[in-house]
This record gives sequence, C-alpha cells and structure tokens, in this order.
Amino acid sequence: MEKVLIRFTLNGKKVTSAIDPRWSLADLLRGGEHKHTGTKKSCEVGECGACTVIINDETYNSCIYLAIWADGKSIRTIEGLTGENGELSDIQQAFVDEGAIQCGFCTPGFIMSSLPILESGREYTRDEIRKLLSGNLCRCTGYKNIIDAVEKTMKARLEKKQQL
Amino acid sequence: MFDIKDIYEAKSVKDAVSHLEAHPNAKIIAGGSDVLIKIREGKLAGCELVSIFKLDELRGVELTMQGDIKIKPLTSFSHITNDPVIKRYVGVLGEAVDQVGGPQIRNIGTIGGNICNGVTSADSASTLFAFDAEVEITGSEGTRLIPIKDFYKGPGQVDLKPAEILTAIYVRKASYEGYFGSYIKYSMRKAMDIATLGCSVNVKLTEDKKAFEDIRIAFGVAGPVPMRSPSAESAGRGKKINAELIESIGKAALEDVNPRTSWRASREFRLQLVEELTKRALKKSIELAGGAY
Repeated sequence: MEKVLIRFTLNGKKVTSAIDPRWSLADLLRGGEHKHTGTKKSCEVGECGACTVIINDETYNSCIYLAIWADGKSIRTIEGLTGENGELSDIQQAFVDEGAIQCGFCTPGFIMSSLPILESGREYTRDEIRKLLSGNLCRCTGYKNIIDAVEKTMKARLEKKQQL
Repeated sequence: MFDIKDIYEAKSVKDAVSHLEAHPNAKIIAGGSDVLIKIREGKLAGCELVSIFKLDELRGVELTMQGDIKIKPLTSFSHITNDPVIKRYVGVLGEAVDQVGGPQIRNIGTIGGNICNGVTSADSASTLFAFDAEVEITGSEGTRLIPIKDFYKGPGQVDLKPAEILTAIYVRKASYEGYFGSYIKYSMRKAMDIATLGCSVNVKLTEDKKAFEDIRIAFGVAGPVPMRSPSAESAGRGKKINAELIESIGKAALEDVNPRTSWRASREFRLQLVEELTKRALKKSIELAGGAY
C-alpha cells in the first residue's frame, strides 16, 4: 500500500514518518525509523497493556491504535523517561528497588500506565491504583510489588511537591 | 500490520457518507477496539475501512437549549465518565461505562461504537435503554431520529442502512429529570471482562419519597439484545416502597427476560442474576433518590 507521511511529537521531539496505512502505532514505534523497541508487543488485541503509550496525556494500547491516527499527536514512550545518559527515572528505579520486575516484558507498559497517576498531583488509594493499572497484565510478580513501586513513587513525588 | 485492503480517512460526516456510498463494502472504524480485533482474528481480514476517528465534530457531550443531553458518538468512555454534564444529570451512565475493559480501552472505546456493534453485553446500552435514549442517524438523505430500542434489530445487527452513520445519542430532559439510577455489572473479573449480566435501573420517587412515581429497568445479556422489563416496571410503578415490593419486582423481571446458556454462564445463573441485580440496583437507586426501603 502507498506510504503516507505523518507528523507527530515523539517524546517531545517533532518527527515526520512515512508509514504504511496498515500499521498499528506499535508497528510504527518499533519498526519505523525510530526503533523504539521499549514499547512491547504481546497480545496485539488490546488485552495485556504491554504496548501502552501516552497519546496527548491519555494511555492507549498502541497495538490497536492505527499509526495514521498519530498524525498531529504528542506521543510518549518508555524511551522518553530516561535521562540523557540513560539514567533511570524515579518510577523506573522504584520498579527495580521494589522487585516489581521479573521477566520485565510488561514493565514498560505498567510504567506508562502509572504516569497519569504520578503526574496528576493527587494521592490515590491502593484500590484506585489497582483500577488504573487493571489494563496491564503481569504473569510474574503477582502485582503487589508493582503497586508498591507506583505507590512509593507517588508518595515521594507528593512529598517533594509539598516541600517546594 | 493489519490485514486491511484499503483505509480512507473521512474529512467530515458528509465525506464519510459519500465515501461509504461509493464503497458499499467498506466498514466504519471509530476507536477500533472491536474492528481492529476482528481484523486481527481474521473475521474482518482484508476489509475496506472508512475511519471516522479524526472527526472531532462527533466528539463531546452537550446540554441543548431544551435541556436534553446530546452525546456525540465518538466520545470515549473515559470522557463520558469525566464529563460534567453526565456527572450532574445522568451519573449512572458515567459509572456504567467506567466498567468497560480497562483504562486504555476506556480511552479509545467510543459510546457510538459500543451501541453500533449491536451486542447485548455493551455496558452503555442497558443504561441508554433505561433512559429511553434516542439515536440520530445521518445518511445521504439527511438525518432520522429513532428510539434506541428500535435501533437494535438482533444480535450484532442495528438499524444502520448502507452509508448511514450514528451522529448523536440523546437523553431527553423529561427522561432524566428527577430520576436516580444505578448500574450493576456482574462479571468474573472487575476489569477486562464482559458482563455476564448487566442491570440498569432508575427511579423517580413521589414527593414524600415513599412511593415510586416511575421506575425503569433494563438489562444486558438477558436476551439477544439489550432490553427493558415492562413487567417489573409495572409491578413497581405507583406503588409504595417496601421490602416485599422490591422482592416482587425482582420476580416480575423474570417474566420478560430470555437469557441463554453460554460458556460464560448458564441460563439458570443468569435468571438468578436478573432477579438479584434488579433488587440490588433498585435499592441503590432508592437510596440515591433519598428514599428508604
């Protein structure tokens, strides 16, 4: 199929991509010129959340989002979280510290799903966190450590905000 | 990559309609959380698509001059739940669609897609039935308005002729004003699951809050399409509220439903759910309306 040109913002940078209109956004991020393979493909039917990215401040499964729809949008992936020299962000470090990672395949999706919680500036209960992470599946950890990592980072950020 | 033969991005509703007329086999794609999965499963493989996803004119909720609530079909579930008009006047609809899938699905899934699929389990449908919602359909010859109960023709079948698009869902002021409602979804998991049974109830109490002035009860998965229960409604309408009455309304609901046995649950279990969820949703609605039972 003939390629089409789309323009979008990827982790804060304006980019242009020639895409096949049959691509999903996950195809574009992983297989296009960006090679952002941090976004994982797993179920490819919007059930597991491994491919979660943020589009204009909301979480989406990039496996069931057409790449052509990304035109004009601002997209954030796990690659946008690390510092210039690959330093981990607070939420990534918390996943490591809390043992929230075992095989690690679901981790980028979970971290992207946790961003709206962490960036909202409000405190969520554990039940609310569970609900907001319910679109992501993990077959290793049993979820407790993941919720611990998100809760810990949320509290640390709120505390930091209060001190300012 | 999806197995798609062709995809056209519509520039406007009119453009979508004329493209659909020229391509009678083309399927409409809104958020894609059903269509793209059917393509992935092979059921719709090789299809032609017309994407209406970027038509922002079909997004949002409005309160009309007459006080009716106009829900545009591309409004996502999460936007419906967070919408101030929905929260204030028909909060139960926001609560119902907050039980669809998970957060990512609620960000992409649209209320229009939810009802155009014609499935009985749609979490928005029973509440829209319970509020006597009307749907506006646009084709090349203009628009037509029909009650949602007439929109559903059969499982997976809705009253959309070729080259017609759902362009609005209305909840009339007379239908919501003074009513308080509750939706209960019974499913095996709290997230990422389809309703085994859904029950949406809303009530309007008399001024002294001792009796039902009106009562509406709707179900999903209690039959091939979402449905109301006229028997249960007339068992309660105009009657003084007490525990016995609630029991009898629950029993009366069984006269109208016709659930089936599926791998999710047996007919017998669904019948039990019809009776039990009716009573629970009624009690919750009575409480919200300021009454007691």
